[in-house]
Amino acid sequence: MALSRLSLRSNRFLQPSSTTAAALPSSLRRHVSTDTTPITIETAVPFESHLCDAPSRSVETSSSEILSFFRDMARMRRMEIAADSLYKSKLIRGFCHLYDGQEALAVGMEAAITRKDAIITSYRDHCTFLGRGGELVDAFSELMGRKRGCSNGKGGSMHFYKKDACFYGGHGIVGAQIPLGCGLAFAQKYSKEEFVTFTLYGDGAANQGQLFEALNIAALWDLPAILVCENNHYGMGTATWRSAKSPAYFKRGDYVPGLKVDGMDALAVKQACKFAKEHALKNGPIVLEMDTYRYHGHSMSDPGSTYRTRDEVSGVRQVRDPIERVRKLLLSHDIATEKELKDMEKEVRKEVDDAVAQAKESPVPEPSELFTNMYVKDCGVESFGADRKELKVTLA
Amino acid sequence: MASLLGRFCRKLVVPGSAHGSRMISTTACDSEAVKSLNLYSAINQALHIALETDPRSYVFGEDVGFGGVFRCTTGLAERFGKNRVFNTPLCEQGIVGFGIGLAAMGNRAVVEIQFADYIYPAFDQIVNEAAKFRYRSGNQFNCGGLTIRAPYGAVGHGGHYHSQSPEAFFCHVPGIKVVIPRSPREAKGLLLSSIRDPNPVVFFEPKWLYRQAVEEVPEHDYMIPLSQAEVIREGNDITLVGWGAQLTVMEQACLDAEKVLDFIFQLKDNWFKVSNMGLELIMQEGISCELIDLKTLLPWDKETVEASVKKTGRLLISHEAPVTGGFGAEISATILERCFLKLEAPVSRVCGLDTPFPLVFEPFYMPTKNKASSSSSLSSPLKKKRHYLIMGLHVWCRYWMQSSPLLITSHSICFFR
Repeated sequence: MALSRLSLRSNRFLQPSSTTAAALPSSLRRHVSTDTTPITIETAVPFESHLCDAPSRSVETSSSEILSFFRDMARMRRMEIAADSLYKSKLIRGFCHLYDGQEALAVGMEAAITRKDAIITSYRDHCTFLGRGGELVDAFSELMGRKRGCSNGKGGSMHFYKKDACFYGGHGIVGAQIPLGCGLAFAQKYSKEEFVTFTLYGDGAANQGQLFEALNIAALWDLPAILVCENNHYGMGTATWRSAKSPAYFKRGDYVPGLKVDGMDALAVKQACKFAKEHALKNGPIVLEMDTYRYHGHSMSDPGSTYRTRDEVSGVRQVRDPIERVRKLLLSHDIATEKELKDMEKEVRKEVDDAVAQAKESPVPEPSELFTNMYVKDCGVESFGADRKELKVTLA
Repeated sequence: MASLLGRFCRKLVVPGSAHGSRMISTTACDSEAVKSLNLYSAINQALHIALETDPRSYVFGEDVGFGGVFRCTTGLAERFGKNRVFNTPLCEQGIVGFGIGLAAMGNRAVVEIQFADYIYPAFDQIVNEAAKFRYRSGNQFNCGGLTIRAPYGAVGHGGHYHSQSPEAFFCHVPGIKVVIPRSPREAKGLLLSSIRDPNPVVFFEPKWLYRQAVEEVPEHDYMIPLSQAEVIREGNDITLVGWGAQLTVMEQACLDAEKVLDFIFQLKDNWFKVSNMGLELIMQEGISCELIDLKTLLPWDKETVEASVKKTGRLLISHEAPVTGGFGAEISATILERCFLKLEAPVSRVCGLDTPFPLVFEPFYMPTKNKASSSSSLSSPLKKKRHYLIMGLHVWCRYWMQSSPLLITSHSICFFR
């Protein structure tokens, strides 16, 4: 037991074992959490492509990577569930859009790219923030509107940002981030540093005019922009077949190549994003459609059961759940035992609980913060309050 | 006329949370059947009637089919069919443009924008197409059958993108009308008027009141005229102008200001019973406020407000939108032009702050009743009244001094405080 904990926590002392792990006695098998020898896994669902050659279904990965997928996804899942209960106990106010069910996307994407590649997404951004290296404490603090939050408590659930990891947030207006993301790609092209931008949007946003404007410009100027449609099949309460004439979102780019990916398979996502990054750097924009699913409703005010049956939700949970898929992979490849995975989940649960407790202790921002960061600091602009003679503040 | 209505007003007090639950209406209720409804039910009823009475009317927008996110469109799709009540994809610009086209062919298009914060992609269509259609075609075409409905305003926890009040942007566009109801009964009548008005109308519904405001609403088909403001509460010292949910806040401020007025009137008859404390109270409060609901912001009823300000000499305007460039500025400038010599104090605007609508700071941002009460406009008639009261009391005191030595002591203590 102690040995397993040691191997999971610090991988400095133990040498990685060979791939013939099954032949070794069980006490040595625990080392494989640090094993970086490549394993090749076939994705279950083939890629569908539009105007390009689909990448191979064989994904190169390693035991440690798959384990890290498991841990990260478990952490994201727990965070979303904790956010759910915090919202119900009114510690989180405002709007809260949960990502559980879609974790494979955040995790798979991170595995394929670097922290210098930019990601920009919609309001369903908690897990993307975590994937970019965000701390649980910062996430919970921001959700509860505390000073410790990643946006200093001024953004809330929909506006998580992380500058040092090139995470450009968190946007409330549907589809507004798409032209923004292409703008980021434009800047990256100028810098010539071989980085790309992943612009995430949903199936609802896919009908916004600004997507097509951005696609046209990105294609015209060969920008390294990857537009990722997170197709969870429901734009709030409207199913894709009722809102889109062509629900093949990867083909919507028309002259822009596209790829359809099983978004519940973290390895498939990784493969697709790797492929997309190479493509974007060489040939310009590409559209990825991630076929995924969210278990919660659109937001905490939506029960999620008025427009879909509970059987559908539980069906997806049983058959396609991303964490279960990775768990099966880990067990079938003998990378970890059932017990170890359960222990990992327990640790993650504790991590999340500690983070929530810590976040609760953080104070709310000062009232003077209401007037800060409107303009650049010391711009000297004066703001008048409720009555022009009563309240006058120089905006900071 | 407005003051006559005010005299016959019936106040409907509704229990509920501190903010936003008390709604008032002065429209006289006749003997027809009424039902106690909240705002979204009243709007729902209006939509049912509109679709029933005009077979060429349509309701569409995001998620209206199942009833909408605020339940305003419940039952419409079931009753009138998917051909007349239907969902659109997520594209505000497309929705409004589509509505303009439908209206241009002589239909009534009642378009829903899910939150007023999302109306900006459609801004171009509204300003450049809807507002100018009749004008630029020399009256050959028009899109008068277009009504755009959007929930607006703070809701307590809406944050940046579920709380905005964009009415000022639209008031700057000649060619459209902007209407904002304050209560369920008003909403039903105004919505029916807006839908049937032969001009494109942008109808903002205060979302805070969707469930909070409950009122007796007549069940029949009735319309409340547009561009007519209503004096909800009569007064003599100051005029307060507002619209939508802000009126409840302003009414609270009026009540606070008037608190001891009754006491003062009692005083005249029972002067000898007055104690020290009573005198001190007189010194503090006692302002009679006239409250006006503008209802239609564009074109707005200048005459009613002007008549009121000429009577009172003071004006306070309050809205949730930021103060700079808000619609209060237009009202202020117009009243200044028309009532300059009658004004006894500068026009006061108690509005939202000049910041984006904040998340955690919402209580600081909102123009609360305390901000209204302590604004300079409400406090300056107080100073004048206090002055007159002191003079008046002094005169009385000298009269009583001759007959009652005990009273002298208590009164003089008060005066020297």
